[in-house]
Amino acid sequence: MNYLSKENGLLSWLLTGDHKRIAILYLISISFFFFIGGALAGLIRLELLTPQSDLMATDTYNKVFSMHGIIMIFFFLVPSVPATLGNFFIPMMLGAKDLALPKINLLSWYLYIAAGILALYAMITGGVDTGWTFTTPLSTHYVNTNVITTGIAIFIAGFSSIFTGLNFIVTIHKMRAPGMTWFRMPLFVWAHYATSILMVLGTPVLAIALVLVVLERTVGIGVFDPAKGGDPLLFQHLFWFYSHPAVYIMILPGMGVINEVISTFSRKRVFGYTAVAFSSVAIAVFGFFVWAHHMFIMGISNYSVLVFSLLTMLVAVPSAIKIFNWAFTLYKGSITFETPMIYSFGFMGLFTIGGLTGVFLGTSGTDIHLTETYFIVAHFHFVMVGGMLMAFLAGLHFWWPKMTGRMYPEKISQFAAVVTFIGFNFTFFPQFILGMLGMPRRYASYPQEFQVLNVFSTAGATILGVGYLLPVLYLTWSLKYGEIAGSNPWQATGLEWQTQSPPLTENFVEIPIMDHEVYDYEWLERQKEKEVASVR
Amino acid sequence: MSDSSTIVQGATAAVHHEHPPYQRHHFETIGQQNDATNFAMWLFLLTEIMFFGGLFMAYLILRNWYYPAFVAASHQLNIGWGSANTAVLISSSFTMAMGVWCAETRRKSGLVLALVATFLLGLVFLGIKSIEYTEKIEKHHVPGFHYSVKSFVDPASDPDVAEYHDKPLAPDMAQKTELYFFLYFAMTGMHALHMIIGIAILGFLIVRASAGAYTTGHVTFVENFGLYWHFVDIVWIFLFPLLYLISRHQ
Repeated sequence: MNYLSKENGLLSWLLTGDHKRIAILYLISISFFFFIGGALAGLIRLELLTPQSDLMATDTYNKVFSMHGIIMIFFFLVPSVPATLGNFFIPMMLGAKDLALPKINLLSWYLYIAAGILALYAMITGGVDTGWTFTTPLSTHYVNTNVITTGIAIFIAGFSSIFTGLNFIVTIHKMRAPGMTWFRMPLFVWAHYATSILMVLGTPVLAIALVLVVLERTVGIGVFDPAKGGDPLLFQHLFWFYSHPAVYIMILPGMGVINEVISTFSRKRVFGYTAVAFSSVAIAVFGFFVWAHHMFIMGISNYSVLVFSLLTMLVAVPSAIKIFNWAFTLYKGSITFETPMIYSFGFMGLFTIGGLTGVFLGTSGTDIHLTETYFIVAHFHFVMVGGMLMAFLAGLHFWWPKMTGRMYPEKISQFAAVVTFIGFNFTFFPQFILGMLGMPRRYASYPQEFQVLNVFSTAGATILGVGYLLPVLYLTWSLKYGEIAGSNPWQATGLEWQTQSPPLTENFVEIPIMDHEVYDYEWLERQKEKEVASVR
Repeated sequence: MSDSSTIVQGATAAVHHEHPPYQRHHFETIGQQNDATNFAMWLFLLTEIMFFGGLFMAYLILRNWYYPAFVAASHQLNIGWGSANTAVLISSSFTMAMGVWCAETRRKSGLVLALVATFLLGLVFLGIKSIEYTEKIEKHHVPGFHYSVKSFVDPASDPDVAEYHDKPLAPDMAQKTELYFFLYFAMTGMHALHMIIGIAILGFLIVRASAGAYTTGHVTFVENFGLYWHFVDIVWIFLFPLLYLISRHQ
């Protein structure tokens, strides 16, 4: 008996309050949107194979890259780890039976689905071509596409995200098992706590900015309309006040995954636990004060540029703390190279490159040269795809045995992880060079001399595509034919591993009592000795 | 490998408290449930502050840019109706607070009475608001719909502003009054939307309270709704001075 087999039928899923089932619902839905966004990315790369705009008309190209961004960001990256792995494992890691607000959790999934359907409807009936940034007055007065429908869809998706974040904060404060103090919690939970703060405080600001855009489009006048005395930059301030923290919403949960994986597969406590925990919170706090680095060329004052440039440098510090602490965790550890670990190594390398190029962009002088070029595209994808997507796959493989009760096939998944890493670098590294050379983003055509690097990039995207399709195939296969996993195949220390796989609906037979920090491998040894002794 | 149960030492499972029927299964105690739902409500209100914050930000910037237009346009608002509505809302907060107290002290008829009073006061507020909106429509002060700057370029033609001795605004500045009214409608509209949602929930509460739902100890829903209602009032307490009162006599 487990959470999957307890009840059957479609309704038992659609009306469930179980955080684990809702996590599975989310996993299926975000995978669906990931492959739509991925197909759009394929179209972009195909168009850029040649210098002319020949596969599609330029305005179609605008719609394709806009929808790629909107779907990938709002319907995949933002909910990716939190709504699936976070939803599934935060209550288990805390020793709780469920999230604090199960109905709100289910509501959040329904809002996500409603928003997703609306966004797809907008896409099919004409699309939107403003980019995912909805820059005013382009979005409010000049384009003729489905800005209103898409805006409403993102507004709704925002509330889905708010409810997830709110639920996590309440759960982490109020649902911890006896003895589970703040500094005994897994760092995965700390990362989600920081993420939730960003979701709860940032998303409403995006919501009101979108409301104002929709109103302005509807009545023809509004606060962002420069022709009537409004301020188009105000929109950018409001938009980036969410959308910069949003990139931390998209990366912090991934960092949380990496903590668990690296500790488990090097058999060591995470080095500098407290520093790593606080670095998550520091990223959340600093993250709110760097938004204007997206606006250095938009005509904000020189003093603003100076201050936001400095603050941007500061936010690199807690990220670096994490990378260094992971490196020290590996130092003298007993490292093994299971698939999640390979993905985590990929994350560490690619995120470091993505993060450091972010410092180039935070420096106002270089930013003026690099912004709006492919350098930005490469930087962003190194963090989001090289970082978050790698972390998501690391986490998915790591917890797959717990979620399904079956092991994934190790050899082929190690192969897929390596393919992903190679494909990723082929796709996005050339884009750094293209950006340095001055190829602008968001155009369907480009000068002849950029073609070689673009061909590299498109070829890499093909390899990357294979890397993403493989897990779909073998993970689905493993549902039926995978080896039975047992409760703790990795010998990991988290509470989620100390119960059966797949877990009971109530997670634990008895509410656990926590008397040690979570990364205590000696405790795990002692437990095993006790078990052996009791068998004798 | 033991697949059956946790190897973490179990909590003293023998301790079984009496659970009230309204305690959800995943909470250990009713206190934990109440704490969690209250905390969630406060967090939700925090998101609401951020939501309205964007509007206040826009107001602040545009008011600084187009001060004369904002002063002249605020003369078009009816202080009488605005004050009346402020009084109505504060009274409704009082009746709501009474409702929470009645629920806590298990007074069923008192609770129903307080909720009905709150419900009615909410409707009165919306009624007065619609009178004000109608005035704006009649004077062509709705942005985007045949908007007219006549009252601002030629204040003598408008009896409503006679007492303020307004000087005519230059056409350029007069045009900016449309932004004021955009914000007026966006801010009060968003507030009214929250009122409508609140009134709908009140309707639900009244039905359930008449059936005795909240007077047997399970008061968190009423309490949390009370928080929401007070929050919506407080938003108005900021809107009223910003839109109606400040700099009116300059």
